[in-house]
Amino acid sequence: MSLTAKLDAINEFDRQPVSADRIQGSGTFVALFAGEHIAGTEFVIGPLFVAHGVTATDLFGGLIVGNLLAVLSWAFFVAPIAVRTRLNLYWQLRKITGPQLLFVYNIVNALMFCFLAGAMISVAATAVGLPFDMTMPGLNDRYPNSVSWVIVVGLVGAVVTGFAVLGFDRITGFSKVAWPWMLAVFVASAVAVLQQLGVSSFGEFWLVANERIWTGVPLAGQSKFTFWHVMFFAWFCNMAMHIGMADLTILRYARHWTHGFLSAFGMYLGHFVAWVASGILCAAALGEIAPGPIAYMGIGVTGAIAVVVAGWTTANPTLYRAGLALQTATPNWKRWKVTVAAGAVTTTAAMFPALMMQLLDFVALYGLILMPMGVVIFADFWLLPRMGLQSHFAELHGLQFSWPAALTWTGTLAVCAFLPMEIFFLGLPGWFLAVGFYVLFCYIQQLRKPGGIVQEVR
Amino acid sequence: MIWVARVVACAGLGLVLVPAFFVFSGLIAWETHAALALFGTVLWFSAARWTM
Repeated sequence: MSLTAKLDAINEFDRQPVSADRIQGSGTFVALFAGEHIAGTEFVIGPLFVAHGVTATDLFGGLIVGNLLAVLSWAFFVAPIAVRTRLNLYWQLRKITGPQLLFVYNIVNALMFCFLAGAMISVAATAVGLPFDMTMPGLNDRYPNSVSWVIVVGLVGAVVTGFAVLGFDRITGFSKVAWPWMLAVFVASAVAVLQQLGVSSFGEFWLVANERIWTGVPLAGQSKFTFWHVMFFAWFCNMAMHIGMADLTILRYARHWTHGFLSAFGMYLGHFVAWVASGILCAAALGEIAPGPIAYMGIGVTGAIAVVVAGWTTANPTLYRAGLALQTATPNWKRWKVTVAAGAVTTTAAMFPALMMQLLDFVALYGLILMPMGVVIFADFWLLPRMGLQSHFAELHGLQFSWPAALTWTGTLAVCAFLPMEIFFLGLPGWFLAVGFYVLFCYIQQLRKPGGIVQEVR
Repeated sequence: MIWVARVVACAGLGLVLVPAFFVFSGLIAWETHAALALFGTVLWFSAARWTM
């Protein structure tokens, strides 16, 4: 079977636009967004902001503005296209890029998924290792720091891979049940340690927040974060999902495009409340970053369970998706074999604490790498018809590989690599570059191809 | 039966969240809060799946 046929077979179930009887109301999206964004990563990101010496004003201001921009990105970039086409990312992209470029995109996406799942396995391992008095990795650790760490990560990885092999429907269902509890655990942990930080009334919180939590002084070896770092990180940490259009797959079930605004439940509960709470825990633990110990310090065994559950519910579906995507590159391999192979790669990566401790950089890189293909969808849908150019050119002309999309992807990333700014900020100039590249390359392609340029401007 | 599950689930969530505020106010010890949170966790996961 050809690669194209294999890719299509995996996504066969989703080939058709969502039918009217499967459209979901707002309650579904509240649960989906909250469940997805109150997860294992939240236990790491809050402490990393503390480690990078952000001030309390910069943190709260940056999170309010950055999360708002993220919500607007879901509402105005993803949702309008999702409810008009009702196709998932795979089929939407296939019409534009052709199946061969989509194959490359799938493999890159799968590798990113593996590393993301690896970070989650590391997070869960910090809690599983607590009863064994395991030496926790430190902020500046790059390599495995003990034999017990390797063993515990290996065990957690094996369990996560095993469940991913069995399928992930039940695990996804579990995360929907877990998110209200997990949010309660975050808040309760933080409130319970406030006294240790010297807060005796809520009126004193802001003073202590500035003096003992978000002090503005980075830990040794860490760069200094400002309002702009926090704002751009909050906006772009899920760039693959909104500007990168991965959440077309979710929002195609929305009754109305305004359901995109419901991403606010994920952003302000997960990426505001949970990040603030885990930052407070980190400060109370005197700069400890490992999620297991800081959660245990806040709420005991429940905290350790929450870290395991949070890591597990995020890692499992991520690994499952990686297995599906990689299956296309391994002819004649059954899905379980591919998932086991992906699990082995993921678990090996998880043994390196750098993946967890450099999570901010990795998440920014992940979003940046996938962003240009989301821009391709955006420009193909909205801009090309208004410029008299043909949308879905690859599909209409039977092309296997869209060179305008490929050059937009690689060209944008190549230029971004040389821009003199930190990775957290590259998404913004990258977006404009990608739009410019794609429109220009499509114009050149369609000018050269007979029948390419549409005569009537829609 | 669903309303019973809802009540139990809400009670579980309450046991996870509320005692932390009592620790903050100095009304209960941290160990009590940790034990109640664990009990609340058991209640939540026993009941919540029937309510969703």
